[in-house]
Amino acid sequence: MSFLSRTVNSSVGCKTLMAVSGLALVGFIVAHLAGNLLVFAGPTALNAYAKGLRSYLPLLWALRIGLITAFILHIYAGIRLSRRAQQARPQAYVKRKTQVTTGAAQTMILSGLLLLFFALYHLAHLTFRLTHPQFAALGEFDVYAMLIASFQSPWTSGFYILSIATLMLHLNHGMASFFQTLGLDSRRHASLLFMAGPVFSTLLAAGFIAIPLSIFLGLIA
Amino acid sequence: MRLVLHVWRQKSPEEAGAMVSYRLKEISPDMSFLEMLDILNEQLLAEEKDPVAFDHDCREGICGMCSLVINGQAHGPQSGTTTCQLHMRSFKDGDEIYIEPFRAKAFPVIRDLVTNRSSFDRIIQAGGFVSVRTGGVPDGNALPIPKTAADLAMDFAACIGCGACVAACKNASAMLFVSAKVSQLALLPQGKVERERRVLAMVGQMDQEGFGHCSNTFECEAVCPKEISVSSIARLNREYTRAALLERPSSSPTSSE
Repeated sequence: MSFLSRTVNSSVGCKTLMAVSGLALVGFIVAHLAGNLLVFAGPTALNAYAKGLRSYLPLLWALRIGLITAFILHIYAGIRLSRRAQQARPQAYVKRKTQVTTGAAQTMILSGLLLLFFALYHLAHLTFRLTHPQFAALGEFDVYAMLIASFQSPWTSGFYILSIATLMLHLNHGMASFFQTLGLDSRRHASLLFMAGPVFSTLLAAGFIAIPLSIFLGLIA
Repeated sequence: MRLVLHVWRQKSPEEAGAMVSYRLKEISPDMSFLEMLDILNEQLLAEEKDPVAFDHDCREGICGMCSLVINGQAHGPQSGTTTCQLHMRSFKDGDEIYIEPFRAKAFPVIRDLVTNRSSFDRIIQAGGFVSVRTGGVPDGNALPIPKTAADLAMDFAACIGCGACVAACKNASAMLFVSAKVSQLALLPQGKVERERRVLAMVGQMDQEGFGHCSNTFECEAVCPKEISVSSIARLNREYTRAALLERPSSSPTSSE
């Protein structure tokens, strides 16, 4: 127990918690994208995947509980660390000039909050089907039809693309930061690990954005 | 050179401070920044006003005593140097210069631009002793140390403990300072005995002093007058995680505190 409490109470331990839970969330996002890309294989493939996901409930719930735990830990570490950081400088500078801080690093809390809002909307939209009343007419696993119906609207597509851009911004700093926080950095491969953030987040975002864009432009219907 | 200075004036730790503007004439570009402040103080004394209090000692960039955030940058616009190594040729005639203390909860202002940085001393104290064999002078090379390890340890040992890393960090984090000290000792065989205890105690003290965490923005590295690399922070994280996993509660000096 002393190990756990010390880890959570120390700034370095809390950052480690942030990094590890962040990696779990990235793992989920990668798996999620792989599933989403089945939309390009046609309605049968995507709907069969959606049905397959829900066919074995213990595994589904194990994954869900893991995911929710990672979310809670990530948010908890974020709140805890940023509150401490606010207290660490009670008197702000009259003039402050940063030299190397990226916009992504500066806005992690903001992009994180936006992503939380998006995640809740996303659940209401496609999991609980609360936002689009016309979904009631569709079959339980007709994910394909739901996507086509949703992304034909410029508002839904636009909001989705903006949210993915936010995710890209968040991961841009987050992925690079992950390696540094876990101490996987050294002079030899520092630049390589720091490319991981921009490269990985851009690839992920490109994959996610391809779907609403293709539907909106009528490439898949 | 003619200059307009905006200087943080604060009478005591308890009183609120504010920026006060001063005009200076006939400043030579060959003067150091601290000599320029000396001129300001001569002028203030002639007007029977309180001179501006600021920290300085060696004035050759090795003691770590001078501080100041100049135009929003710790130790001013020149990279890899301390404030005392900054010269007025880095500024232009007619420039406005903002001069503030290093700002952090763990560095309370004593007066004007002078801050109390003894929180750094307490972090060093928390690190404790390093077990060495006492007695006669040891034979040269009796303790083999790879050249690369010695060089890297020396790079980290170059830290003068000025606190610019804290001043530049958006979270007022002391991670670059602490990691430089931890890395220096973790690389050498002499410090190995206390390796786990030291990193846990120093990070514990750092948190207790009220410094923030590391957000990996690396502003600290950019302002460090000794150009300490942030790879030391990665090393500290590695050392900390390793120690947290290996350390037994009985050998922990912090558990009784």
